[in-house]
Amino acid sequence: MTTSREPAHSERVPALVEQFKAGLAAPICLTWEWTYACNLSCAHCLSSSGRRDPDELTTDEMRSVIDELRSMQVFYVNVGGGEPTIRPDFWELLDYAVANQVGVKFSTNGLRLDAERAQRLAATDYVDVQVSLDGASRQVNDAVRGPGSYDMALRAMENLAAAGARDFKISVVMTRHNVPQLDEFAALADRFGAQLRITRLRPSGRGADVWHELHPTDQQQREIYSWLADHGDRVLTGDSFFHLNALGATPLPGLNLCGAGRVVCLIDPIGDVYACPFAIHDAFKAGTVRAPGGFAEVWRSAPLFARLRTETSGGACRSCSAYSSCQGGCMAAKFFTGLPLDGPDPECVKGHGATALPGLDRGLRPRPDKDHSHRDPVSVGMPSVRIPAKPCDSSPVAVTA
Amino acid sequence: MTASFEPGRGYRLNPDVALRPEPFGALAYHFGTRRLSFLKAPDLVALVRQLGSYRCVSDALAAVPDRRRDIYLRALAALAAADMIVPQRDGSEAP
Repeated sequence: MTTSREPAHSERVPALVEQFKAGLAAPICLTWEWTYACNLSCAHCLSSSGRRDPDELTTDEMRSVIDELRSMQVFYVNVGGGEPTIRPDFWELLDYAVANQVGVKFSTNGLRLDAERAQRLAATDYVDVQVSLDGASRQVNDAVRGPGSYDMALRAMENLAAAGARDFKISVVMTRHNVPQLDEFAALADRFGAQLRITRLRPSGRGADVWHELHPTDQQQREIYSWLADHGDRVLTGDSFFHLNALGATPLPGLNLCGAGRVVCLIDPIGDVYACPFAIHDAFKAGTVRAPGGFAEVWRSAPLFARLRTETSGGACRSCSAYSSCQGGCMAAKFFTGLPLDGPDPECVKGHGATALPGLDRGLRPRPDKDHSHRDPVSVGMPSVRIPAKPCDSSPVAVTA
Repeated sequence: MTASFEPGRGYRLNPDVALRPEPFGALAYHFGTRRLSFLKAPDLVALVRQLGSYRCVSDALAAVPDRRRDIYLRALAALAAADMIVPQRDGSEAP
């Protein structure tokens, strides 16, 4: 979505955002996770990845989906995981997608990006690489992403820069610990000739276990907003901070709307289709690409998507002066923090989410229900992100080294 | 990169651009710049698709009602600025 630009000719038709609410013929922002396997165990992993699922789509099935995306004119997909490059057929599928006019932006922790691979990628048109990094220092990054992950990411970036890859992305999930490093991230991107992308931490997947301790403070939300207002033209956000729009007079650039099931969706590694990448839960599962009719049928006819494409009531938020700028915020963030979907975002800038959260019974909070985490305990390096053991919490991140 | 839009010249859809039909009109995707634009009226989509068969933009707009012509001109100028439509070579173009 961050590449969209709207021509100024809207006098006679409803605003584009109104059109989007009713859904498009095909998604604009399709995330496709290629495997649940991952070499890392990031504390906030939105897909609770770690172990490969034995039922993941085969190479042939993946090709069929690509064929379908081509015929639906889905011009690019955001490929992630897990660590997608772990799939033995990753490079083959990448080439197949590109040859079929389905561009690929893939997210990686840098695992496979050695000098040779970086050179091949730099020479491939129509592929964007996005290296994940959640701290501008080893200490801050490795506390969330695990020991060695900072060095691995930096090595990959050095290889990409040396190979002349233009404008690869450095993708940062904003946490309480890295908001003070925004300028350092920007400097890092400049150093590598890369583009910075910052996105919002969601309480999805394993993120549900750490969100309450890691999400930016109110003061930090304001810092993010004003930093974006100053630097937004050079920084990508995946439109993920629209819930902060009421903080200022100028909305942040991008589609300021929850796009779930309207312009956004997720295909997971076993072919299940969800309303958005942050909503891997049965409540937001629309169908599977393995059913007759494939992905197109799910996108066009799933009852869940039909529901998401109708106007939401807005609930209590409707009467708020900020509603027109935040649109009630992020559906997934509300769901996994136990807030009603027509209620405030947990990070509502008017404080309505923060007021509602303490009254909720933590035990009744919907749990992410598709866990592929590594079974061995995972160490989280920094004492400040340790979370108290809760009776209902069996997350590996509660175990600290 | 892009010269200013001249309605007296012929334009055509950039061969690097694909149009995807949408309920509101079409989504235009530029494979080179990887940008999206939205054509928010079916008439405009038809106009853009046929643009290459006209000698100049003004001819292409001749059948458009007066009250809409300015809107379409501005839309085409925006599409030209985004490299979605490009000048025809030598002012002539095989449809």
